[in-house]
Amino acid sequence: MVSSGYFLKGFSSVRSTDSPAIALACSFVAIGALLKNIGFNFQQSFFSTFFTYALPGQLVMAESFLVGASLINIFIGVWLVNARLLPMAVSMFPLLKSRKQPKWKYYLSCHFLAVSSWLIMKKDYRTIHEDFRIDFWMGIGTATWSIAIISTVLGFVISDYLSKDMMIGLAIVNPVYFFCMLLGSMKNIVIGASVILGTILGPVFYLISPEWCILYGGVSAGIIAFIVGEFNG
Amino acid sequence: MADLSSNIILVIAVTSIATYLSRFLGVLSSERIDENSRIFRLFDCIAYSTLAALISKVVIFPAGDLNEADIFLRLGVVFLCVGSFYLFNKNLVYPTVLSAIILTTLIKII
Repeated sequence: MVSSGYFLKGFSSVRSTDSPAIALACSFVAIGALLKNIGFNFQQSFFSTFFTYALPGQLVMAESFLVGASLINIFIGVWLVNARLLPMAVSMFPLLKSRKQPKWKYYLSCHFLAVSSWLIMKKDYRTIHEDFRIDFWMGIGTATWSIAIISTVLGFVISDYLSKDMMIGLAIVNPVYFFCMLLGSMKNIVIGASVILGTILGPVFYLISPEWCILYGGVSAGIIAFIVGEFNG
Repeated sequence: MADLSSNIILVIAVTSIATYLSRFLGVLSSERIDENSRIFRLFDCIAYSTLAALISKVVIFPAGDLNEADIFLRLGVVFLCVGSFYLFNKNLVYPTVLSAIILTTLIKII
């Protein structure tokens, strides 16, 4: 089954100083409050984070729900904003491969894939033996996912005490945290080029297609950075 | 009310399926991908650039509450916090905590 030593090691990695715990908590407190404000009940808010666990997707869901969008439109909107999870999975799960580990662990634990857990794993995977990386990952994922769920519940409960200004303040925490973390992970020219080009091209493509801008901007920036890397590499 | 409630459950289900789909397809396709391959490096670039694109889109063209803060305020807070990130030796706690406090305070003042 799951090696408890490596699981706990992953679980406790959210306690470090560069942990995403604070940023995650702030964002999901805001989501919890938002869901209450748009008419979700306690259980619905809880299960929204429990089953979706992807901040931008839940924001799209909330906005679409408010304007009464059809289910198919919600599906497309959420898929578009969360499609980043596919390249994130492809650039991480090969690092966790082990013949000694069962497949179900990979398909279950991919639910924990989010920017926060992904960045921790990409930073720390070398320190863990190949055969136990999936257990370490399940530890990180369980910890970040639990923080998100607890914060959603907290946000739901305290939503009456959160002023509009505080909600706006909470909303900036996530992009600031992840932008700093991305800047911190620019260890070589290829990743650096990916981050800088993505930062520029995302908003540029927004002017052409607001819905597709993340995919268009991200994929084109990634391909350019990759080509730069292959020619220099 | 019953109608609205079952509608919310459908909305949650659709959102969750749309999200899990990308995670699932990612794991499925990574079964055949080696970490030393060219395709792995390509997806690594795309993962980082897509994240960067998402974050900068959220700051410049936000959805939800963030939209109500002026763009110069949002960009100002991001620059200040990135500055503090490097100032405090890449400690992530300061920029994270500062960002919410600075933005909330500035909105109240202005």
